[in-house]
Amino acid sequence: MTYDDETEYQNDGALHQQLIADVLAQYPDKSRKRRQKHLSVAKPADAPEAEAERPVTDCDVKSNIKSIPGVMTIRGCAYAGSKGVVWGPVKDMVHISHGPVGCGHYSWSQRRNYYTGHTGVDSFVTMQFTSDFQEKDIVFGGDKKLEKLIDEINELFPLAKGISIQSECPIGLIGDDIEAVARKKHKETGKTMVPVRCEGFRGVSQSLGHHIANDAIRDWVLDKNDIELQPGPYDVNVIGDYNIGGDAWASRILLEEIGLRVVGNWSGDATLTEMERAPKAKLNLIHCYRSMNYICRHMEEKYGVPWMEYNFFGPSQIADSLRNIAAHFDETIQQNAEKVIAKYQPLVDAILAKYKPRLQGKKVMLYVGGLRPRHVVDAYHDLGMEIAATGYEFAHGDDYQRTGHYVKDGTLIYDDVTGYELEKFIEGIRPDLVGSGVKEKYPTQKLGIPFRQMHSWDYSGPYHGYDGFAIFARDMDLAINNPVWGLFKAPWKKAA
Amino acid sequence: MPQSAEKILDHAPLFKEPEYQEMFARKRAMDGMPCAEETAKVAEWTKSWEYREKNLAREALTINPVKACQPLGAVFAAAGFERTLSFVHGSQGCVAYYRSHLSRHFKEPSSVVSSSMTEDAAVFGGLQNMIDGLANAYKLYSPKMIAVSTTCMAEVIGDDLQAFISTARQKGSVPEDFDVPYAHTPAFVGSHVVGYDNMMKGILENFWKGKTATPGEKINIIPGFDGFAVGNNRELKRILDMMGVDYTLLSDVSDTFDTPSDGEFRMYDGGTTLEDTAAAVNAKATLSLQEYCTQKTLEYAESFGQASASLHYPMGVAATDELLMKLSELSGKPIPDALEKERGRLIDAMADSQSWLHGKSYAIFGDPDFVYGMAKFIMETGGEPRHCLATAGTKAWAEQMQELFASSPYGANCQVWAGKDLWHLRSIIATEPVDFLIGSSYGKYLEKDCNTPLIRLSFPIFDRHHHHRFPTWGYQGGLRVLVAILDKIFDKLDSDTGETGADISFDLTR
Repeated sequence: MTYDDETEYQNDGALHQQLIADVLAQYPDKSRKRRQKHLSVAKPADAPEAEAERPVTDCDVKSNIKSIPGVMTIRGCAYAGSKGVVWGPVKDMVHISHGPVGCGHYSWSQRRNYYTGHTGVDSFVTMQFTSDFQEKDIVFGGDKKLEKLIDEINELFPLAKGISIQSECPIGLIGDDIEAVARKKHKETGKTMVPVRCEGFRGVSQSLGHHIANDAIRDWVLDKNDIELQPGPYDVNVIGDYNIGGDAWASRILLEEIGLRVVGNWSGDATLTEMERAPKAKLNLIHCYRSMNYICRHMEEKYGVPWMEYNFFGPSQIADSLRNIAAHFDETIQQNAEKVIAKYQPLVDAILAKYKPRLQGKKVMLYVGGLRPRHVVDAYHDLGMEIAATGYEFAHGDDYQRTGHYVKDGTLIYDDVTGYELEKFIEGIRPDLVGSGVKEKYPTQKLGIPFRQMHSWDYSGPYHGYDGFAIFARDMDLAINNPVWGLFKAPWKKAA
Repeated sequence: MPQSAEKILDHAPLFKEPEYQEMFARKRAMDGMPCAEETAKVAEWTKSWEYREKNLAREALTINPVKACQPLGAVFAAAGFERTLSFVHGSQGCVAYYRSHLSRHFKEPSSVVSSSMTEDAAVFGGLQNMIDGLANAYKLYSPKMIAVSTTCMAEVIGDDLQAFISTARQKGSVPEDFDVPYAHTPAFVGSHVVGYDNMMKGILENFWKGKTATPGEKINIIPGFDGFAVGNNRELKRILDMMGVDYTLLSDVSDTFDTPSDGEFRMYDGGTTLEDTAAAVNAKATLSLQEYCTQKTLEYAESFGQASASLHYPMGVAATDELLMKLSELSGKPIPDALEKERGRLIDAMADSQSWLHGKSYAIFGDPDFVYGMAKFIMETGGEPRHCLATAGTKAWAEQMQELFASSPYGANCQVWAGKDLWHLRSIIATEPVDFLIGSSYGKYLEKDCNTPLIRLSFPIFDRHHHHRFPTWGYQGGLRVLVAILDKIFDKLDSDTGETGADISFDLTR
């Protein structure tokens, strides 16, 4: 249930089917056959499951498949998934972009993973460390250079707790043995060394990079050092919150308020210590399922730490999640959860009173990474807004299945959408707002359609938690209701 | 509760609220970070001469470099041609990066496709990706030309662009006579500056190869990789038109990266026409505005009997004088009085402000030609460009910089840092402080760390908007650069004076 009674809208499924047919008609035959599996319209679900568990719709598309050459996929690569998403935010380690200079350069300081710390001294998130491969490194191999630069890091950054080696494309192609270098340097220095095989050509998107990065935590971090933690009954880890614009902090404050102790946050504002001690927690709370479910499953199998998904976007999901989280603990925590929900209710009411009248009935199209295309849906619903279309860059089948819990009948669903398709879909639907990435922002705005970046929060945020929802609501309003959208047409052209 | 609907706090004020500050303290007490004293001790050490020596002795590690990789330059060069779609052969993530990087700077769309090679292509080569990719790009995006460059993946496995493109043509991916220029742009050689050169040469080769030039009156002008290209190319064209020079601007991105908001998304706009590009073989000369962006290209132009010349990012008085005189020399057209008046106005402004500019010291970082042009202008204002750093700078560039320093008394205490990075620069300005930093947005960390105000005048500028829409070249551009520097000087003066309770030195008129 969301805060809006009128969210029982239905999307124009017939229009969406037509839009799909129209874009597919433009492709050469071979590519049309491949693309058509990635586009569909959500249908009412007929799964005979228990009422509460039942998805509302079926969002059945093929996913996690290679992108077609030359179509302008919006996806990135495995390196982006590992260095950019999972490892980059771990603040007291140095992350080497190992290979040529570009990958580290373009991803330098772009993900807004906020942290506290003294950059360049005990924290290194907004820095770009690279081996800056030259031709000779390609020809003769880069292992010697890697060894040397690890020594240089240790000398210049004595407070760095460890080093991760983020492989760029050439590493796997020239046969370097970064694992051997990592083992050797670990032996010499005693510091954590993590070789990550996230070469950009591996897999089909960022997604394999997340998986490889998770495996590297399993293989090179967990069980490696002694843990100094007196375990408590209310210890939890927050997994898959990268603290974009402070999201993890706006979440942590609620978890602490209901009486839990967050002993690790992976990986926004994370330290190596927090990662190492994670298996000692009582429960893993996972926000970004796509990028970190792997390590949760591992911790469940190996250490018996259960995990649960939660959603801190928008008040209806926050309240549900707080209750679900509290249900894993005793009555004190459960009562605290009710108190916290009640405490924030006046804030929620005030935000809705202020913004809902300005946003009610506005149509939104989303295209984001692996979680937000579904996770933010009810936050929009809370504001009375409608989701006309949504899709993922790098989701898998289980993500589309989960999407059915959020979106309505007739919603246009696109997987690994191409630049061409997205433009045509936007033109065809003419939504009131598009939420996607920086590459999609400017083309959309040229069409006269308001836009918010939903990877970086358009340099705003946090959007998680109650504090974040206020900012989210304000941002959607300022995007949609800015006067600039009314100025596009020259007045002398209006008569025409 | 810090948040309220009446006054919604953004991240900066929100996290300063006591609830969050206390939460940070609780986290800090148990997250394994070093204690404040230890951090402070190491922080102080990192600003010492001892640290500087260790830092400058680095041989393998690069930290915060001021350079990107070749394909970015190739994509930028190709974007300046009529309805041209860049197609980068190799891994797809790279293309997402170039597009984001350009969009973040220009606040504009950047449309580029990838051949999306994955593990199987790493084993078998990317021929099929080229065949399918060209067919899809041609069909979906209706380009007039597809400019192919490479990521390092395709370079490491040794894909042969010429053969692949020719095969794709035979298979009907694009029509037989469709223009598909190409350039190998390995990321492990040079930088985006070299990538620009390679793609420019590749495009010219596509149109010029096998032709015999019939020298005419036109002059080719190549602007080079420039974050201010929108303003600068337009200023350049204004100057050329004022002089009546018959010219071809080879790669003009000024419209590509500045399309209007009127309800239409123009994936392509403006750019050098393919017809003009082909005809440019008959120019009597090619003039490059950035030597290091065009070394191979100029050689190629010379091979058709064209005269050639190159400048270093013409900012300020003497550099603009040189540009105008060179244009006049090559075209035979006189420099009009109107431009001489503009020159006088720039000098007038510099004279009005000279007391504030004289003796100021600067650290300048960026692409080699930018750093040269900027240092030259700074010395004209009576300032000292103490530290000039270009990660993409070569030995030859360092020598040119030394000659530049030697040409002026204001260069006496100046040093050039070729191949060094911004972490080197941190040590340098921590031990030998300067008044101001000039460079890109990446300098903002140094600004904060070393308490040295940053003047943003080079690519990329992510955190300030629209600067690139105004020129920095020519006398008019010189005014804009002058104002940017002066504003920073005066802002600093005001923020350093007028302490609460006293208005000492907080002057209304300066």
